[in-house]
Amino acid sequence: MEANIAIPSESKETWNGGGVKPFGASYGKMMMWFFIVSDALTFSGFLAAYGLTRFKFIDSWPIADEVFTHIPFIHGEYPMYYVAFMTFVLIFSSVTMVLAVDAGHKMQKSKVAWYMFATIIGGLIFVGSQAWEWNTFIKGSYGAVKTTDGKILQFVKDGKQIALADFVVAERTDGRVEHTKKNGLWFEKEGTISEYSVDQIVNSYKANSDIQIRTEFIDLAQKKKTILSREQGLDYLLKANQVVEGANLKVNEYGNTIFADFFFFITGFHGFHVFSGIVINIIIFFNVILGTYEKRGHYEMVEKVGLYWHFVDLVWVFVFTFFYLV
Amino acid sequence: MAHAHESNTKRIWIVFGLLSVVTIIEVALGIIKPEALHLHGPGTSWLNWIFIILTLVKAYYIAWAFMHLEGEKKWFRRSIVWSAVFLIIYLVTLLLIEGNYLYETLSPLVRW
Repeated sequence: MEANIAIPSESKETWNGGGVKPFGASYGKMMMWFFIVSDALTFSGFLAAYGLTRFKFIDSWPIADEVFTHIPFIHGEYPMYYVAFMTFVLIFSSVTMVLAVDAGHKMQKSKVAWYMFATIIGGLIFVGSQAWEWNTFIKGSYGAVKTTDGKILQFVKDGKQIALADFVVAERTDGRVEHTKKNGLWFEKEGTISEYSVDQIVNSYKANSDIQIRTEFIDLAQKKKTILSREQGLDYLLKANQVVEGANLKVNEYGNTIFADFFFFITGFHGFHVFSGIVINIIIFFNVILGTYEKRGHYEMVEKVGLYWHFVDLVWVFVFTFFYLV
Repeated sequence: MAHAHESNTKRIWIVFGLLSVVTIIEVALGIIKPEALHLHGPGTSWLNWIFIILTLVKAYYIAWAFMHLEGEKKWFRRSIVWSAVFLIIYLVTLLLIEGNYLYETLSPLVRW
């Protein structure tokens, strides 16, 4: 009978389940695990939705290593290297975290503190890298045009994609000026307008016979985007009504807009987890320094935040695979 | 906490080495993209299958070694892993079938 009844415990017992340990796991640790399961299902929902959308547009989905090709401070195309670096940083911060937990078992206070510190630094580098990655993605690297039926056209020369600035010369010619509060209606403003007008791009295309147009359509046998002939390209280009530079929630120079939406949403949600993980780690770090867990007699709190931190790493492993590799 | 006072430092570094090697293999394959693997394979390409399997290997080591599932009681571990794995497989299977259906239905309506 007693086993089924909630026994009122003293208030100091509230957070550890009154010492009852089903499965040999403390209340806090068990709840952290079940939180992680539910959070894992949330992420699975997002990634599965991404999978559905990708299958739906399987013949026009952007090719990841044509999208993420940059490394800070270095020019040129280096697909994958930077995300690989980010992955390493996160895995390594997981290692320092588990070393902190290990030192906690041995009650080595200063070791725990130093390993926690290293974990926090790793987390900050990762979030910083992600911010940089977002910035690069939002700014875009080549520029493209969008047609009236919503297709993105990119420009290639000798099979390699080139930027609008590489073949469109001179300043924007149609005299279009960005509408700001100062030069127009004070209660309205518009986003940044593109560097060139559509007409200018069409004329430059006509003038440069070595430039071809690439559509989003993937040749599934070759896994490459289709490059059109000059004449066909012009037909497509004449339907263009918008210049797209970079990516946001409405347009995306790399292809399907929903690719950008999922990128922002999933990596953003993960980045937010990393951020909150850093905040929690900092709190625990100060508790370690203050000797809270020394007084308590055990470092289980470090173990619990460690679980959360490893989970963030675990999710990244999947995001990395499904966004950048597959 | 049942495992207090025993050090796992050596194992941690071994697992780190393993995860690093797997990541390096993934990135190398992703950059090189050997044609035989990239353009052929059942369902999706062999390359994609390799990536998915290697990812699961990494996930296993992170969960078992770093999150220390290997040290938990058997049924506690199963309550976590089995629930998550079952629900995720269920969801992914249904959504991918649906996505494929949408492609087959909608793509004939798109003119490229």
